Amino acid sequence: MGGLQKKKYESGSATNYITRNKARKKLQLSLADFRRLCILKGIYPHEPKHKKKVNKGSTAPRTFYLLKDIRFLMHEPIVGKFREYKIFVRKLRKAYGKAEWTSVGRLKENKPSYKLDHVIKERYPSFVDALRDLDDALSMCFLFSTFARTGKCHVQTIQLCRRLTVEWMNYIVTSRSLRKVFLSIKGIYYQAEVLGQTVTWLVPYQFAHDHPTDVDYRVMATFTEMYTTLFGFVNFRLYQTLNLVYPPKLDCRSEVDLKGEFEEDYAMDSESYLEKLSALSASLARVLNTAEEEEAQIDQFPVEGVDLEQMEAREREQKDQDAHKRLFEDLKFFLNREVPRESLAFVLRCFGAQVSWDKSHCIGSTYDVTDETITHHIVDRPSVDKQYINRYYVQPQWVYDSINCKMLLPVEDYFLGVNLPPHLSPFVEEKDGDYVPPEKLKLMALQRGEKPVAEQEEEEEEEEEEEEDDEEEEEEMDEEEMKEEESLKTIEKQRAQNKVSSVKVTPGKMKTENKVRMEQEEKAEEKRLAIMMMKKKEKYLYDKIMFGKKRTVREANKLAAKRKAHDEASKGEKRKKKTKQ
Amino acid sequence: NLLDGTSPNLAPFLFPHPRRFLDITSQIIPKIRPGMSSASAVSQSGGEGQRRASSLTDCEGLLREGSSSWPSRAFFILQDIRNTVGNIPMEWYQDYPHVGYDLDGKKIFKPIRNKDELDEFLDKMDNPDYWRTVRDKMTGADVRLSDEQVDLVHRLQRGQFGDINFKEYEPYIDFFSSETMIHPVTNRPQDKRSFIPSLIEKQKVGKLVHAIKMGWIKPRKPRDTTPQYYDLWAQEDPNAILGRHKMHVPAPKMRLPGHEESYNPPPEYLLSEEEKLAWEQQDPEDRKLSFLPQRFSCLRAVPAFSRFIHERFERCLDLYLCPRQRKMRVNVNPEDLIPKMPKPKDLQPFPTTQSLVYRGHTSLVRSISVSPTGQWLVSGSDDGTVRFWEIGTGRCMKTVDVGGAVKSVAWNPNPSICLVAVAFNESVVLLNPALGDRLVVSATDQLVSSYEEPEEAREQPVQWAAPAGKEHDAGHRLHLAHPKAVRQVTWHSKGDYLACVTPDGGSHQQVLIHQVSKRRTQNPFRRSKGLVQCVSFHPTRPFFFVATQRHVRVYNLIKQELSKKLQANCKWISSMAVHPGGDNVICGSYDCRLTWFDLDLATKPYKVLRHHKKALRGVAYHKHYPLFASGSDDGSVIVCHGMVYNDLLQNPLIVPVKVLKGHAITHDLGVLDVTFHPSQPWVFSSGADGTVRLFT
Repeated sequence: MGGLQKKKYESGSATNYITRNKARKKLQLSLADFRRLCILKGIYPHEPKHKKKVNKGSTAPRTFYLLKDIRFLMHEPIVGKFREYKIFVRKLRKAYGKAEWTSVGRLKENKPSYKLDHVIKERYPSFVDALRDLDDALSMCFLFSTFARTGKCHVQTIQLCRRLTVEWMNYIVTSRSLRKVFLSIKGIYYQAEVLGQTVTWLVPYQFAHDHPTDVDYRVMATFTEMYTTLFGFVNFRLYQTLNLVYPPKLDCRSEVDLKGEFEEDYAMDSESYLEKLSALSASLARVLNTAEEEEAQIDQFPVEGVDLEQMEAREREQKDQDAHKRLFEDLKFFLNREVPRESLAFVLRCFGAQVSWDKSHCIGSTYDVTDETITHHIVDRPSVDKQYINRYYVQPQWVYDSINCKMLLPVEDYFLGVNLPPHLSPFVEEKDGDYVPPEKLKLMALQRGEKPVAEQEEEEEEEEEEEEDDEEEEEEMDEEEMKEEESLKTIEKQRAQNKVSSVKVTPGKMKTENKVRMEQEEKAEEKRLAIMMMKKKEKYLYDKIMFGKKRTVREANKLAAKRKAHDEASKGEKRKKKTKQ
Repeated sequence: NLLDGTSPNLAPFLFPHPRRFLDITSQIIPKIRPGMSSASAVSQSGGEGQRRASSLTDCEGLLREGSSSWPSRAFFILQDIRNTVGNIPMEWYQDYPHVGYDLDGKKIFKPIRNKDELDEFLDKMDNPDYWRTVRDKMTGADVRLSDEQVDLVHRLQRGQFGDINFKEYEPYIDFFSSETMIHPVTNRPQDKRSFIPSLIEKQKVGKLVHAIKMGWIKPRKPRDTTPQYYDLWAQEDPNAILGRHKMHVPAPKMRLPGHEESYNPPPEYLLSEEEKLAWEQQDPEDRKLSFLPQRFSCLRAVPAFSRFIHERFERCLDLYLCPRQRKMRVNVNPEDLIPKMPKPKDLQPFPTTQSLVYRGHTSLVRSISVSPTGQWLVSGSDDGTVRFWEIGTGRCMKTVDVGGAVKSVAWNPNPSICLVAVAFNESVVLLNPALGDRLVVSATDQLVSSYEEPEEAREQPVQWAAPAGKEHDAGHRLHLAHPKAVRQVTWHSKGDYLACVTPDGGSHQQVLIHQVSKRRTQNPFRRSKGLVQCVSFHPTRPFFFVATQRHVRVYNLIKQELSKKLQANCKWISSMAVHPGGDNVICGSYDCRLTWFDLDLATKPYKVLRHHKKALRGVAYHKHYPLFASGSDDGSVIVCHGMVYNDLLQNPLIVPVKVLKGHAITHDLGVLDVTFHPSQPWVFSSGADGTVRLFT
């Protein structure tokens, strides 16, 4: 007993949190600057467990930050730079107002700037951390690199983003680390495995953006500022791991090859190099000018606790991966001008193919359409005027599907003007119970090495199926007839009974007991009874889980039903066509 | 008056009376700078004729006009000398014969004025200059205004300038205009320094040139804005990692796209028309997919995604605005949550199938009871009949029409007595069904008839009557006429005592205990403790259970005191049953609960079972087997295994073993009563559909 009376909200969780406005005042920053700082330093709000306690009894909606985080921000040198910048802007405004152009120039020259190197190092203490968080950085930089050079943000930022993304693509090509590609309606998803980390990014289709008005570009620009710094350092390090020169340089040989005639017309000198790099058709220069280094055979160390099967499985996986990397090796592609050149060149080069395109299409083409050694010509139009005999004309989806399938798919389905098979997402991993589209099953069968079912066979199958259906129908008919007969019989009997007398002994029927079913029923009932005895809390949880399970089943069933309906409808159409013919 | 007309221009200087005119002038004079003669001051002010803004200058003009004539000027000077009173209100001297003092300190006397009104009038009539005579307040003398002065006053009245010579509308000459003139305004020659180089500047330039020559000053290098990259993670120092980094929650990655996002998805992932409509009507936040799945025949046809920037921006917002938390996901196998119960198979015997249906009643069967021998079943129905059935065959042996909806029937548990208590309306009838052993039947009749009236008849709350004639032939042996409607009857296990419930909120006669052999009735409770729902005797010991709406009270009949009060934790108890061991009680309630009390454990329920979907109507224990059953409005009877151990430390084991269904639900009522067979593991249930069913 004794002592001072404890006051409310002076200890505990109320003192661990701080509202955003208070934090802002503590740091003496404007809201915009505070936001920038939080973005750059990766500080995010926290949701306190007891919001009312933290909010000192009020239930008003507020954002809370950890007080520790804000204290941490106070020591940030960037905060000082923000203040300097504020002063700079004020001075500049004054100078403009007085039309003192010399001082404007002087001020502009001494514009305060800051570097984010230390922030990156602090946020990502190890390189792996940085790689893990690269997804958003990549997507953002790819988006910014497609922006028009006017308006929404600084031209330098756009150029830098373009440069970094080109560097990244070149790295992926050289390291051959691309794994999956997916053409979605939003853009193209790529997934690569870089130093053991899977990195996924999304690249929009090459169109001018319709800039929305309800988007705060300052926030995006701040993120991009941070991401470009991170991305640059990551690129540097990645190039180092492959012994490549950074900033990237083209191989001497390829540089000579690429000396085109239209170079001057195509781009300015300052830009042509980047363009050549972004063409992705040539390999990069290495620090040590060795020929293609042999991949060192990885020694196998028997590890205790890992049985032989696992080892073998791992070996097999490794082999598969190597094969996947060389998927398009020895193949020569030519891209027609209507296909997305950058994406296809990138993807094809990642798997060891040679790619070229029309000279007038883009810089960096290496061979012509007339080249006899071209094996695949990628076209995205219904027909081509002049066709060469010794090459396949395929649609671009073939490339992507082959990559996802880790094997060269039969080209027949992807010929010009052919109705394409559905393009499936490689990121979906079906668990048992989930719905698997039949195309996926087919692909899986192909992967397993089963022979692809020829279309004729399919048709036959269809016919067979139809026959089966007919049979079933017949059976059904039989059953129905039987039933009808039975009912007729009973009616007759009844009539007879009515005629004779109402009391009659009817022969008993043998009850056949299905043992398996009985057992199942018994078990089901046991379960039902046990569920009745559950505690309230557990019952709630159980119901929730079961609800979720049932929902997934329902969804899968719905998809399956939809598919069935669609198949039947298409079959009907086919039949109609046949009959018309 | 002449000067009465005023002009707005001179409003502040209005002269209400011509005589006051000089007062004003005298007040203005001291405002002219001291040390300057009034004439010079006036002339100076006259030079400012161009600016006419202030009315003060108007007055100055007026003054100058006034001073142009010598006499008035002398007067002014004179007055200057004489005026020693200063700028004070002249009223102060009103009552004195003098006005101020001269330099020698002598009084300056006002001129003697002794004119009365008549003199004044005469003066006015005679004096042609009367109209231009004003009185000077300072001196008190009359002053005749000159022609100029009068003229001035007239002009001022007209709102004109005082000076006749002043031209108001002279053309304005702008000397310092914006136009550059060929000739200088001033004729001053230029300075020499304006056309020879500055020496100081020369020195400065010389210094700079020297510094540049010496290489001290260098041109500023253009800033390199391209970022410099280097190996940031060259030395990964684990010690340099901040402690707070351990607490860092990395942002979750973006969800990877599924098949539906493909530009060419399988047909089942495309939305149908209704689904599309539903998607469009949904709130953007509620949508499961943020986009509409679409199918394009070739890659060439795929357009740009219009919400691309939006989605990236939303991701940015998520990254810096969303609180992050590590959430532990409950990863439970739902099978593990199901409690491990002993298999019902191992807990046999218990009723599993419906084997017999006793049909015959035309209305709901409220109550059933089984004879202690286990051969007969009695059922009472709302159609006013009591039916006796043979259990084994399902035959209705006897039907007794009692003439009122039967609320409760109870077979005497003593096997040597064959009596059935039937409660309907306000009476209880003891019936002898004359079924079974004849000896027992006749013995019972004898027992009833052997009653002898006591010598002194006591006042009884119930009227006992032994019917004769037709009723006797129908089996009626005793009539107990109650003051109120009887709801339940129940026998003591010895078969001599009979408890009746006549529920009535305020009355103290809710429970009555009758002794059949002595035809005596007791009212055990002096006060009512709520609406009594049902009562029951303890099977072996002298305890009595009374269930009110929310509580079950246990009374000791010998000590005549309340021994326990059980809280049922439910809203309204409907039925109650006591375990044959006597230590456990179950209560069914209208809020779908069945509560099991262990009397040794606590007054709170040991277990609450919510197995039924609707209100419970009846509960029952089996006499020998560890079984209890509950019937509910949802038409089902749930049989549970309720094992009570002799070991006091071991809690009862309760396992539901069977859900029996058979009764049809009529008028929202299902099963109304359940009871067990005394020796077999069979359960009877009566329902609102007018049937009694046997489950074996």
